[in-house]
Amino acid sequence: MSKKLLLEHINVPNILGYEAYRSKGGYTSVEKALKTMSPDAVVEEVKKSGLRGRGGAGFPTGMKWSFLAKPEGVPRYLVCNADESEPGTFKDRYLMEKIPHLLVEGMIVSSFALGANTSYIYIRGEYMWIVAILEKAIAEAKANGFLGKNILGSGYDLELYVQTGGGAYICGEETALLESLEGKRGNPRIKPPFPAVKGLWQCPTVVNNVETIAATPWIVNNTGDEYTKIGIGRSTGTKLISACGNINRPGVYEIDLGLPVDEFLNSDEYCGGIANGKKFKAVVPGGSSVPILPAELFYKTANGEARLMSYESLSDGGFATGSMLGSGGFIVYDEDQCIVRNTWNFTRFYNHESCGQCSPCREGTGWMLKVLHKLEHGLGSMEDIDLLWDIQRRIEGNTICPLGDAAAWPVAAAIRHFREEFEWHVKNPKECLTRNYGLKKSTLEMSFN
Amino acid sequence: MGMIKVTIDGIEIEVEEGTTILNAARQVGGKIVPPAMCYYSSLKGSGGKCRTCLVRVAAGSTKDPRPMPKLVASCSTPVMDGMIVENTSNQEVLDARKSIVEMLLINHPLDCPVCDQAGECSLQDLGYEHGLAKTRYEFKRRTFENTDIGEHVKLHMNRCILCYRCVYTADQISEGRCHGVIGRGDHAEISTYLEKSIDNDFSGNVIDVCPVGALTDRTFRFKSRVWFTNPMNISRKCENPKCCGKAVAWMSENNILRITARKDENNEVKEFICNTCRFEKKEITDWTVEGPRHIERNSVISQNHYELKPKHNFKVLENTAKQ
Repeated sequence: MSKKLLLEHINVPNILGYEAYRSKGGYTSVEKALKTMSPDAVVEEVKKSGLRGRGGAGFPTGMKWSFLAKPEGVPRYLVCNADESEPGTFKDRYLMEKIPHLLVEGMIVSSFALGANTSYIYIRGEYMWIVAILEKAIAEAKANGFLGKNILGSGYDLELYVQTGGGAYICGEETALLESLEGKRGNPRIKPPFPAVKGLWQCPTVVNNVETIAATPWIVNNTGDEYTKIGIGRSTGTKLISACGNINRPGVYEIDLGLPVDEFLNSDEYCGGIANGKKFKAVVPGGSSVPILPAELFYKTANGEARLMSYESLSDGGFATGSMLGSGGFIVYDEDQCIVRNTWNFTRFYNHESCGQCSPCREGTGWMLKVLHKLEHGLGSMEDIDLLWDIQRRIEGNTICPLGDAAAWPVAAAIRHFREEFEWHVKNPKECLTRNYGLKKSTLEMSFN
Repeated sequence: MGMIKVTIDGIEIEVEEGTTILNAARQVGGKIVPPAMCYYSSLKGSGGKCRTCLVRVAAGSTKDPRPMPKLVASCSTPVMDGMIVENTSNQEVLDARKSIVEMLLINHPLDCPVCDQAGECSLQDLGYEHGLAKTRYEFKRRTFENTDIGEHVKLHMNRCILCYRCVYTADQISEGRCHGVIGRGDHAEISTYLEKSIDNDFSGNVIDVCPVGALTDRTFRFKSRVWFTNPMNISRKCENPKCCGKAVAWMSENNILRITARKDENNEVKEFICNTCRFEKKEITDWTVEGPRHIERNSVISQNHYELKPKHNFKVLENTAKQ
């Protein structure tokens, strides 16, 4: 049983309201931080906790905060990235929907630590109903003196705003998000300068994921050292995993980092095993951008060690035999699922969501999509598989923002681990239209005991 | 501003702090200069988009000599003291550039035989140097309708590489931008919103900054191939205070076929001209002829006869202009 730091009070009646949240110890971190701690002390606690960015890249949050430039007379901003649009990821939505005050509390504590007097929650346009939930929570916090001028008599002012995006995946990239927040076209900026130096309106800015910010109140309340006791190695604390696909119990789970993958996938407490008695074929462990892993590589690393749900263990072996924890969008495939079709679907998404600013991503994603369309519909040739490999290689690393990499990785991993399936599509052009290719070597029989 | 040392392809130079790798390379000149399709030195904020200028940074600086993990866009990466940059000396860079050129060309119509830009097109030069002889793209190319944006400018969206130069030009050179990029991904296009036309004194400059044939001069449409024309440096006193009045006339016999601003060796305009000079003063008598234009840039149009003396005696005409 994992410890619950974020979702502990999620089933308390009326937790959406201020009273219930407050009665469960809500906003105590604000009181503690503003009354007894200096901003630097809060940053220090977060540094000690080893908290890493929950949006995908896993960059240490304390370090990111300490990079923030602090020139005199220039305002600083904290922006919460709630533009959760990675296919397979729906953890932030759950958190904001169920316990909005936790995010508001986190925003106050984090803004105080960074010295920001204006902060934003940038939320994707599709989460329209959550905007109302958040705005109600902000109004309640303000009515109770946790937002506005001179919070709790400490002399610290903070205004918190919710801004909706137009529903573009690219606006989840931090600099595109800032452009969009400024009211411009959501094109990623050329870096350097980084947002920590020149971000929102050319002022120093920190952009953090919802889950990262929601983790800060617990750290302030219980100290960073306590936080490091949860988790394993450099993967400290808990992580929300949104599990979906062919499993018995899809949903959002809060796990201690370091949980064995076998337990996560097969125990009844979490995913509950593969649905309908099918065999387990493959998994995308961290949202659609991360490489897909076949069953045997998911359970055991190339060295034969049992894999754990942690940043290090999931990326063990690099992209050749590993993947990434990413944003925690856990997508499971059973033996009936077609990897070619799945890759085609992912590529269609990236093609649609590319901003069109830089050439490799704009042209390359469309090209990959067309080649994959051919392969999936039984019109491809063996050369097309090599061509596809070559195109993804030419996109990766050559683009302005990580969307190019995110488009290239799933294609690369699918060819790397499931080349036979691509070849089967070429060799059986008629059959591939009507049935999927269950790949024996990747469907292991394994159960949790 | 202090001076710092940087090594590009084995050549060490001293440049001002804050200079980008591309501009440092341009100070040396020659083969080591990475090609740039979107960066334009006189337009603030341009660059970083086309990715043709990618280079390898083998050592970040003297302080931190680690190499940069990815190839970087030389037009937007500032140099550091002791930085070692590899451009043409690195096969990985050349391969990446080849990839970018291939990507830029897969949806390009390759209609050079009927394109007014042919001969002075950056994409043509780039394709000539880094492109493949045969395309690996076997699908239908994406197409857009050709439109007239404004009285003088023709937009061939099919040829566009989305460098955003014309957008920056409209923002920074002319007053009131009414065109921009709409849509995203491979369906992003340059457009005037709701078929509005571009109408201001400096709109013609978008033609000059366009690296390809996407924005062309309607008054020069299908008049001549550029390599059959004689470029002459011309100037006049322009009433518009923002216009420099220095231009190039592309002539055939005694007729001015078109007028452009003057481009330097990097194919960039430093001083822009107004629409009156560009589109309305098409008589040689409107101008003072300074002499033949030397095209420094390595391109199709610099290959042949521009260094020759003009066939006609312009002296008379020059005098007429002065009167």
